[in-house]
Amino acid sequence: MEDENMPAAQPGALTADAVADAVYRAVRRCATHLRPDVLAAMQAARKDETQPRAQSVLDCLLENARIGQEDGVPICQDTGTCWVRLEVGEELLIPGNILSGVNDAVARAYTDGRLRMSVVADALLDRTNTGDNTPAFAEIALRPGRGATLHVLLKGGGSDNASRVVMLAPGAGWEGVKKVVLDCVREKAANACPPLIVGVGVGATFDKVAGLAKHALLREVGAPAASPRAAEREAELLSAINATGIGPAALGGGATALAVHLETAPCHIAALPVAVNMGCSAMRSASIELIDWGEGK
Amino acid sequence: MSEPVRLNLPLDKSQLANLKAGQEVRLTGPCYTMRDAGHARALEALEHTGELPFGLAGQTLFYAGPTPAAAGRPLGSVGPTTASRMDFATPQLMQAGIAACIGKGKRNQAVIDACVENCAVYFAAVGGIAALLAKHVTASETVAWDDLGTEALRRIMLDDFPVFVAVDTAGRDLYRAIENGEDI
Repeated sequence: MEDENMPAAQPGALTADAVADAVYRAVRRCATHLRPDVLAAMQAARKDETQPRAQSVLDCLLENARIGQEDGVPICQDTGTCWVRLEVGEELLIPGNILSGVNDAVARAYTDGRLRMSVVADALLDRTNTGDNTPAFAEIALRPGRGATLHVLLKGGGSDNASRVVMLAPGAGWEGVKKVVLDCVREKAANACPPLIVGVGVGATFDKVAGLAKHALLREVGAPAASPRAAEREAELLSAINATGIGPAALGGGATALAVHLETAPCHIAALPVAVNMGCSAMRSASIELIDWGEGK
Repeated sequence: MSEPVRLNLPLDKSQLANLKAGQEVRLTGPCYTMRDAGHARALEALEHTGELPFGLAGQTLFYAGPTPAAAGRPLGSVGPTTASRMDFATPQLMQAGIAACIGKGKRNQAVIDACVENCAVYFAAVGGIAALLAKHVTASETVAWDDLGTEALRRIMLDDFPVFVAVDTAGRDLYRAIENGEDI
């Protein structure tokens, strides 16, 4: 999405410094600014909400977004782990380790922004807080063309904990996929800070299906799905989720989710992998074009 | 919605018994932030000495790890973390004197039973409004466990801090009532 405070696309080469600089600026901005598309969806949900407690919760969420932006304080105290994905064109020459400056940028952004340090050194063997919110969780992916896009996501623990991967049998079909998503919402929505953006991945392999669900969170709320068939299924899931009555903050109401984003992929003949990645009401991500993709991106 | 009930901290047990799941409550006074690592330490201290450390008996716990102080505030942003992660310790802590706790999300049956047995309450705060909630905190000081960073034990002063009764002293549960479509 366009944002004057984000670095503009540059012609020519991609450098580790440019990536690091963009990460720094994205972290600082995301922590205090609700994504504009999420804000708009929340305002629309407030107009449609009929239950007084849910109206009051949505008013608080909208007021919170305003305070965060005006006072420059984080919209959520859980400023997350920093997830970074760099998508680069196959025709682009990348010198050395293009992600080499990311951890330093994250450490500086979290320190300068007075954000919360929420990373421990090792999940099992050493749960000492690393003190600077590093390491970031960074990956690189190739795409056709010659551009470069950086995605930065500050992912809260509560919503990531409320996520899951299930390996269904192909016979379970669409009904099975729906059940996985709805069970996850019923069991875990209260922990994930609704109204939610629900990322759903279907396909690929055990490890990659979770990536599909996470990637789905990056898509602008209100932007079209990859195909009309996917869009139909997103609408069906959203309607079923909002029929649960769980509501904002899980305190009852209509707006349990603002959107469902579905990404699908090929998979093994024996498989039907499903992943649900919950995005909370304070979805904080930025997608920045570092190098213009030009025609036919 | 009816006017919120206004209560002072530390809580008076006789007032807790009147609360009903679903009510909006505004809390004013001191409470203590404690989350995952702190609960493990508090439980360890309780098991060793037979009592809660740092004079926590009668106090209210807030499951929260704030961001550092900023913009002239005692702390930057603060909001509830998922309460079910503290379920392993809550019944014992309530039995030892914790009067109430503030978090988000459902609790297990053992915590609900502990609320009934100890006349204790679980309050839900809204997640995702931490910039707003921090405006209802007037002071913050670290009491212990500074090595835990954001998970340190802090004494913070609440001022008209908005919460909802999620589990009351009769064991009524707001989250499950909503799940079951009950009007609460």
